[in-house]
Amino acid sequence: MEIYFTKEHEWVKIEDNTGTIGITAYAAHQLGDITFVELPKIGKVVKKGGVFSTIESVKAASDIYAPMSGKVIEANKELDTAPQIVNDKAESDGWIAKIELSDSSEKNGLMNQALYEEYLKENS
Amino acid sequence: MSTFKKTPLFEEHQKLHAQMAPFGSWEMPIQYESILAEHKHCREAVSVFDICHMGEFYFQGDLQKTRLNQLTSMELSKIPEGRCKYGFFLSEKGTIHDDCIIYRLSNNELMIVVNSETTEMDFALLKAFSGTEETLQDISYETAKLDIQGPLSRDILSERLEKKIAELPYFGFQKMELFGVQAIVSRTGYTGELGYEIYLHRDKIFELWNLLLSQKEVKPAGLGARDILRLEMGYCLYGSDIDEKTTPIEAGLGVFLDWNKEFLGKQALLTQKKHGVTQARVGFKSLSRRAPRSHYQIFADGMDVGQVTSGAFSPMLSSGIGMGYVNPEFSQIGTRLLLKQDNIEIETEVTELPFYKGGSLRK
Repeated sequence: MEIYFTKEHEWVKIEDNTGTIGITAYAAHQLGDITFVELPKIGKVVKKGGVFSTIESVKAASDIYAPMSGKVIEANKELDTAPQIVNDKAESDGWIAKIELSDSSEKNGLMNQALYEEYLKENS
Repeated sequence: MSTFKKTPLFEEHQKLHAQMAPFGSWEMPIQYESILAEHKHCREAVSVFDICHMGEFYFQGDLQKTRLNQLTSMELSKIPEGRCKYGFFLSEKGTIHDDCIIYRLSNNELMIVVNSETTEMDFALLKAFSGTEETLQDISYETAKLDIQGPLSRDILSERLEKKIAELPYFGFQKMELFGVQAIVSRTGYTGELGYEIYLHRDKIFELWNLLLSQKEVKPAGLGARDILRLEMGYCLYGSDIDEKTTPIEAGLGVFLDWNKEFLGKQALLTQKKHGVTQARVGFKSLSRRAPRSHYQIFADGMDVGQVTSGAFSPMLSSGIGMGYVNPEFSQIGTRLLLKQDNIEIETEVTELPFYKGGSLRK
């Protein structure tokens, strides 16, 4: 299992050819109490950097971008009724959707855990 | 260096690690821990809000004769002593310069409470209507104000601050001595819960703040929670839901106008009543958890019919709620309105106000 991060604070966990996508704990904290997560439709084809979901918090509505390209195969239905899971467990139970990756080499443009932590230190 | 104004409690908020943010020209606490947790605490227990940014004026003069009555939408001499009343200062066109609460302190004295951003303009306006034999003072700087709101507020304040507070009726107030100085405690608020507003000299406000926060039932709440609480009640926020471009008739606030007297803007409002309005304030509820937000466009039957002025996720309704102005044809309860902004589309339905009817306000 490998996990990668974007500069927009999304994460993607890669297992075989499946990428599980969410937002980071840092992003969830910045958004404040999350009240709604728009789940992408199963079968939707997403492109790296394209809008993948919208998350609403008590403060704002924010677009979430796909860290890698692929086809949506599963969405986290729990978030329909309990979006606050993203605040509580952003990097585990608060995952948003799983995609079947179309180009696993895209991970090369992302940050690993150590680089992301470094990035946070420099940018927050 | 920040040029924002700070309330006397600014450092107390910092100690509590509040998230501070600009609110008009002030730097105010938006949240302490979580906006939703603070909202819930106010609906279930007691919350204290720093509202020191509001403006207060003191007036002394003959209330039967003062020209101020030509400005205020309420008849000043008819406000009973010990009561306060909500109303407006309007322009000649009937649009809203500000909304206010006026306290009848005695036979010939008033306290006028106005919005923070409009304080200076209001004072100039009132000054123009007051006579040389009258006193009008801006007491905003020395007057600090805390709102104590929630179903347990009467019990806590009457047992641990001053017994007399238990006697106050809704929109009633009393002058009382607190911490050795004269204070005003009124049973008013902006949350829909049983609650009080305390006006106290700024030098004593720390003592009140600390006394309240030392009670286990009381927690601080920021302007984020306050905004959701007032929206659930359908209360207007000046500068968002009512302003210089809207009238009390368009806003559905005609009940706060005294038609038995003359006041600036009355003729324009009578014309609106007779011929109808071109925009009407409505409340709407999302059919999902998505929150309407200020400036989203409103569509009905495919037509652009208005704009959102306020919105939030309502924890009490578990759905988005909002207010805005629409073409009056589309203001009937049950009308479907589609809100749009960029890639966001929210289905809503026009709903009766208040959205939340379970508050302890009048208990």
